[in-house]
Amino acid sequence: MAFTLYSLIQAAILCINAVAVLHEERFLRKIGWGVDQSVGGFGDEPGIKVQLMNLIRSVRTVMRVKKKNFNI
Amino acid sequence: MDLPHHGYRETKPRARAAPTAGDSVLFEDTSSAAPAMNSQGYYTSGYNMGGPSNDMQGGGGMNNLFADPMANAAMMYGSSLANQGKDMVNKEISRFMSVNKLKYFFAVDTRYVLKKLMILMFPYTHQDWEVRYHRDTPLTPRQDVNASDLYIPTMAFITYILLAGMALGIQKRFSPEVLGLCASTALVWVIIEVLVMLLSLYLLTVHTDLSTFDLIAYSGYKYVGMIFTVLCGLLFGSDGYFVALAWSSFALMFFIVRSLKMKILPSLSSDSMGMGSNAKPQLRLYITVASALFQPIIIYWLTSHLVR
Repeated sequence: MAFTLYSLIQAAILCINAVAVLHEERFLRKIGWGVDQSVGGFGDEPGIKVQLMNLIRSVRTVMRVKKKNFNI
Repeated sequence: MDLPHHGYRETKPRARAAPTAGDSVLFEDTSSAAPAMNSQGYYTSGYNMGGPSNDMQGGGGMNNLFADPMANAAMMYGSSLANQGKDMVNKEISRFMSVNKLKYFFAVDTRYVLKKLMILMFPYTHQDWEVRYHRDTPLTPRQDVNASDLYIPTMAFITYILLAGMALGIQKRFSPEVLGLCASTALVWVIIEVLVMLLSLYLLTVHTDLSTFDLIAYSGYKYVGMIFTVLCGLLFGSDGYFVALAWSSFALMFFIVRSLKMKILPSLSSDSMGMGSNAKPQLRLYITVASALFQPIIIYWLTSHLVR
């Protein structure tokens, strides 16, 4: 498997795009991964699932801004 | 000979710009200039030997400098331009990474490098794996052999690329594109591994002081094992390759597990404080073991095509 840097950049962009197009309402709520279902743990015990949900939400928020700038 | 003496005092602040101007008069000045430009001074004094015989102004270079205000002004302008460029580059780079933190990783000396290489290849007799601190800041690699550095990974990476080119050349499969391909493949695997480690450390909310550079360093230590493996494969054939692969894999796995155990698993080391992530400490163990198991796979992957 001979990688190049360009293929890594392509793969990274595709992965981030895949995370960014996960729709909050239609999809994530159905499988119980919506962010409003995660407010529970205080202190320092968030757990994997909550961290993952926060990560998805933050990626989506950042990509919303960047996609707007990029498409214009 | 008071000419060098003059040159030292007068041209010390402008010594930096002299090579950029490219005038033989200026070369003559820098060859007698500041001790900060010592290596360059010795180098350009070699030019100087050929210079005066061709150039009319060779002997009276010092006087010419002051008699020619244009060259003078050009030199000042050049030096100020060089300073501006240097400041701009520093500012841009320090926006992405802190240069001071990077300098910490390159503060090594010979004794440290030798001991670290020995630990990488034979970690079974090393007793004390704790990273020593000095008032909350980690000690530099010069003073603490357990500190991670970036010098060994960088040098090992470059050596690995050169060795790969040599191995392919021995088998008459060499072409310049292959070298670049090999280099970028290895670099991409390092980046992937560092990203996966960062992601898993973030998801498990492990509170460590492992910075990104530390992870790059730990990923880069496998290149030492790779170099050893490829060398044995070239010297001793296929059997030597597998023996060396097994040896360096075990040594590297031991090294990674012992080093990361100190950083990621505080509850399993000497004193358990109970702070940090309490969510399933065995997950943190899984991360350590998984990253250790990943090393032999990647060593095999990146070196098997070099040794047939």
